[in-house]
Amino acid sequence: MTRRLDVLVCSGAACVSSHSAAVRDALSREIDENGLSNEIRIVETGCMGPCELGPVMLVYPDGAFYIHVKPEDAAEIVQEHFLKGRPVKRLLWEDPEARRIVEGKKQIPFFAKQVKVVLRNCGRIDPENIEEYIAADGYEALGKALTQMARNEVIQVITDSGLRGRGGAGFPTGKKWQFVASATGETKYVVCNGDEGDPGAFMDRSLLEGDPHTVIEGMTIAAYAVGASRGYIYIRAEYPLAIKRLQIALGQARKMGLLGENILETGFSFDIEVRMGAGAFVCGEETALIASIEGERGIARVRPPYPAVRGLFGMPTLINNVETWGNIRHIVLNGADWFRSIGTERSPGTKVFALSGKVKNTGLVEIPMGMTLRELIFDIGGGIPNGKKFKAVQTGGPSGGCIPEKYLDTPIDYESLKELGAIMGSGGMIVMDEDNCMVNIAKFFLEFTSDESCGQCVPCRTGLPRMLDILKRITSGNGTMDDLDLLQHLGEMIIETSFCGLGKTAPNPVLSTLKYFEDEYREHIEEKKCRAKVCTDLIAYRIDEDACRACGICAVNCPVGAITGELGKPPYIIDEEACIRCGTCLEVCPFGAVHVLSGELCNQDKREGSK
Amino acid sequence: MNDVQLKNPMYAELDRVIDSYRDAKGPLIQVLHRAQEIFGYLPPEVQQFVSQRMGIPPSKVYGVVTFYNFFRTVPQGKHVINVCLGTACHVKGADRVVEILREELGIGIGQTTEDRQFTLSAVRCLGACGLAPVMMIDEEVYGKLDRAKIKHVLQQYAS
Repeated sequence: MTRRLDVLVCSGAACVSSHSAAVRDALSREIDENGLSNEIRIVETGCMGPCELGPVMLVYPDGAFYIHVKPEDAAEIVQEHFLKGRPVKRLLWEDPEARRIVEGKKQIPFFAKQVKVVLRNCGRIDPENIEEYIAADGYEALGKALTQMARNEVIQVITDSGLRGRGGAGFPTGKKWQFVASATGETKYVVCNGDEGDPGAFMDRSLLEGDPHTVIEGMTIAAYAVGASRGYIYIRAEYPLAIKRLQIALGQARKMGLLGENILETGFSFDIEVRMGAGAFVCGEETALIASIEGERGIARVRPPYPAVRGLFGMPTLINNVETWGNIRHIVLNGADWFRSIGTERSPGTKVFALSGKVKNTGLVEIPMGMTLRELIFDIGGGIPNGKKFKAVQTGGPSGGCIPEKYLDTPIDYESLKELGAIMGSGGMIVMDEDNCMVNIAKFFLEFTSDESCGQCVPCRTGLPRMLDILKRITSGNGTMDDLDLLQHLGEMIIETSFCGLGKTAPNPVLSTLKYFEDEYREHIEEKKCRAKVCTDLIAYRIDEDACRACGICAVNCPVGAITGELGKPPYIIDEEACIRCGTCLEVCPFGAVHVLSGELCNQDKREGSK
Repeated sequence: MNDVQLKNPMYAELDRVIDSYRDAKGPLIQVLHRAQEIFGYLPPEVQQFVSQRMGIPPSKVYGVVTFYNFFRTVPQGKHVINVCLGTACHVKGADRVVEILREELGIGIGQTTEDRQFTLSAVRCLGACGLAPVMMIDEEVYGKLDRAKIKHVLQQYAS
């Protein structure tokens, strides 16, 4: 009997965390019990994107897209949908706009505006099966490069495509390849930077987990073009699933003669080794990454000489980011003109983003460059949940900046984002709403970068903690207006004088929030007010006398016993001195009687309280 | 290093690991990963063993061990709770998660409970931002945490 249905169960990291494996097992059992195992196949794929809705699964050929699937739903899905052809409506994605049940994945706005190039196979094929990759034109680009193209022709097509480094800085990829090709050394290396260290970023992880062969093929093509014989994939130890799938993929490629000695019998030899990082943000910087592969402390080295001339083990080295590698095979196969037809003139192609924070549809998305921030956040992301107001979007992680609402119509490309004081970065995009304090966000990033500074150069090692001190002062209500100038001055100096990319970009989150949200800084200093009610030193909790029903739940839950009162005799009272501002009372009050205050009123109350 | 140590099956395994990397270039970090898997942490004796067997000065081994967050020089509890402090989790209240865990377990970040059941630790980003706020206990990730869910999850591990 021929196969009737393919059931694609997402096995990306987020869906695995939501127990997709149990769903798969339950489905598989039901399919067996109904004697359908010859007709229906379950495929475990990489990330499909909408992580918030996991576990998700997609049924082909009808395209029904199921969300929040539980193991106990398996019987109904098999009975109703697989046997009787009626998709289980209650589990299908419901389009919140149209209030209708969406059956086909293509009709869902989250997917409709995306253009999948790099992620083409993610969520479509089984990443642990090389045959599925090959069936999706896999390794065809490698074959084309090795048998029909000269080395310089490969470099030329990458140069012509205008592809720029997807790690964030946007250096022209073809130029980098050219440098390595013309460098001399007894060995050359090709390295994949998979040290995805930005908090809020999971693009590389998803690609390596969902389609590892794409990266391997890209690296092998590059090795041929620049004359390298050995490759390293440097990957965070925090990504065990990606490491496992990479190892499987490398083994399968070797077995098929697509990696190792005499690839495709062309006489070209190349092999790849996986190297695990060990938790150091600075290792995303290319020279620190090289030091780490060599088994050293991950400390950045002087450039020039650039790695293209003297890199890993002192040899010419080509380093590209995971997503950059993911573009290569498509460009080789479809040509530079095709690639340039997507995106903008100076930033051709697509960009993968990890959309998270205060946005309805969190997850992994791929869009053509040039789409506006508004389209990405509101059309694909579905806007801000719970009726809250958009405040800012943060791009580029600890090296990037916060972009306010008035620039939402800015197109997403390298230059435009840089102009705003943010950067493209590797693809983390975190949306913030009115409940997020921008001074607190700046402090958060500075805590991160001060902690991750490797300690080699003074501006970064000493300067960042000083900036952090000032931010702590401001968020605790002890800042002065002079502090704002000091932050600006110090930030600019650190950018100017730091040794490597970490220090050179670390002040960006502070400078960009100072630029766009100076009024929030001022409020913290002058009015002792945190409008988002986040900075605990500037807020107070109050129980509304009229709303309080004296149920005592707050008092029972208060971890420090700061709430007193008598059952049935409102109101309960919070002892200001004892309160640690943890917010538990607000969380547990069934009547919404607990309020948070900040600014004048609360200061006035404090003064009165102390009388 | 000596034969006494090699009689210990853990050292014998580490010895085989080091042997398997004989032809690799710059494998120190990879060896330390495996050593930590075998011993659970990297006490001075283990670092010294690695140093002698690989012919790398102990100062350098120690330098690498202390540079990277992933390597530990003190033993851990039976279960390691890693609270994600990445940006998405921060925005969605990771501080509260840490606070609730502190209340429930009586320990702060970097500490281990007296009964050695739990070690509380923080990570930068687990890459599960779509489920923020998240924590990972051993290899299992728990997302969309609130007080009730944290309590419920901890109960599953307490024994």
